[in-house]
Amino acid sequence: MSPELINLIVQATFESLYMVGIAALLGTAFGLPLGVFLATSRKGELFAAPIVNRALGIVVNATRSTPFIILVVAIIPFTRLVAGTSIGSTAAIVPLTIASAPFIARLVEAAIREVDGGLIETASSFGASPLQIVFKVLIPEALPGLLLALTLAVVSLLGYSAMVGAVGGGGLGDLGIRYGYQRFMPEMMLAVVVVLIALVQLVQSAGDYLARRVNRRLRHH
Amino acid sequence: MVRFENISKTYTAYRGKPGVNALQDIDFAIPRGSITGVIGRSGAGKSSLVRLINGLEKPTTGRVIVDGNDISSLAGRELRLAQRSIGMIFQHFNLLSSRTAADNIALPLEIAGWPKADIKARVTELLALVGIADKHDRYPSELSGGQKQRVGIARALATRPSVLLSDEATSALDPQTTRAILDLLANINRELGVTIVLITHEMSVVRQLAREVVVLDAGHVVESGHVADIFTHPRHPITQSFLAEVIGDSLPVSLASRIVTEPPGDGQAVIRIQVRGAGAGDTVVARLARELGLDVALLSARIDEIGGQHVGSLVLGIPSREDVPARVLAWLSQHQFPAEHLGYVA
Repeated sequence: MSPELINLIVQATFESLYMVGIAALLGTAFGLPLGVFLATSRKGELFAAPIVNRALGIVVNATRSTPFIILVVAIIPFTRLVAGTSIGSTAAIVPLTIASAPFIARLVEAAIREVDGGLIETASSFGASPLQIVFKVLIPEALPGLLLALTLAVVSLLGYSAMVGAVGGGGLGDLGIRYGYQRFMPEMMLAVVVVLIALVQLVQSAGDYLARRVNRRLRHH
Repeated sequence: MVRFENISKTYTAYRGKPGVNALQDIDFAIPRGSITGVIGRSGAGKSSLVRLINGLEKPTTGRVIVDGNDISSLAGRELRLAQRSIGMIFQHFNLLSSRTAADNIALPLEIAGWPKADIKARVTELLALVGIADKHDRYPSELSGGQKQRVGIARALATRPSVLLSDEATSALDPQTTRAILDLLANINRELGVTIVLITHEMSVVRQLAREVVVLDAGHVVESGHVADIFTHPRHPITQSFLAEVIGDSLPVSLASRIVTEPPGDGQAVIRIQVRGAGAGDTVVARLARELGLDVALLSARIDEIGGQHVGSLVLGIPSREDVPARVLAWLSQHQFPAEHLGYVA
């Protein structure tokens, strides 16, 4: 494979990492609080607001059931408003964030709901405020689950990022389609797939490792 | 002191579950510095009652006064401040798996906003108090059940509360560990003067630790008072059934199967005597034999001590001839021993 092509792959890899990295950060910034709220706002819970909970749940479900490629096209005006353009890797971060935030929120909700309700009661019994319960009990206790959720989100984002080539987002998926498929260069397609597999493996292993490290539940001497 | 004033607690019907009157007409006081057992079967309302004390639940009517504070009227920040003077321990310990023993104990202090250095010193002191100074850096998954409950007790005492609530704190522990934990609670009560409220369905816990007892049944207080008084003269059937768990009012199978209702030609009448009070049962057999000049056989006996009082029963076999059984029963009633004639054995 020629140096130019290798250069293309390297560049596309960085584009993918850039889009996925920033989208994962922003997705977590929105998704984590949203997920915590979803997990604690049903009737009788810490931040009980059943109507808001249900409304947000519907919004989250609606976003998650919209096919990503349609979401990308549908929000182009919004993307232009936020990023100043609707073309390129930076612009692609907008739909990636919007797609990942509700996904992360649902994963966070599930992880937080795994925390034993008795711990909330215990913290309340010694006078913890709802916010103290979130930061001192729920998030630390759910941390292994949260890290695995984030890992899953990053892996999914790598898949989504392949589709933003449709709006000139660049990245590995775009490269694979344009060179591997449209220009019929199977070795390019193979290279892209190999790089993606390696990235997913890396992310998953790192996530598993971190989750295991913070999990004190099963440690024995 | 903790005082319940005309408390009722009703859970409204929700999502197909019917409403429940969990507590009704609750009106009693828990003396300062006492160890009070609240005993009842599951569903009697024990958990609701204890959660009214630290404001985790609100009464439907009435007031709960803790150290002069009407805890049932507080909310938000005021309630959270009041909760710091009430510690609580739980059946399943409820420790944070992500924190070491020391950090679990530190949690209520962090929440109360103590400075770091003070927290460190206080945690060291508490670990020593509950006898696990060497477990400072251990995670709950590395501790035994008894050690976990010691961490729970240290955590509950961290903010120097005046009341310690125990919600079935030994129900998940084996008998030996239970005894050690109850001893620890007795020490804490003696040395720190903390009022302890024990929620339990186990008579053995009340017997070993409590001096005052409140018997709950179907949301009502059916009896309350000194452990010794309540269990030497249990009036309510539920109290009697709890007492029976300790002293066992059933006869040994080999004896029960031989008892008949008609007097055999030459046999024994079977009489059961209830023993209640200090030293009550010590001399009854000897006196009966001497004063009535009878051969008295001891068929079965069980005497235990509750609150320093003897509680139990003696089953005696006396000659069944002529009017002997009647004379014995008359003598027993004259000397204030509750007794019953169970039948005869050949």
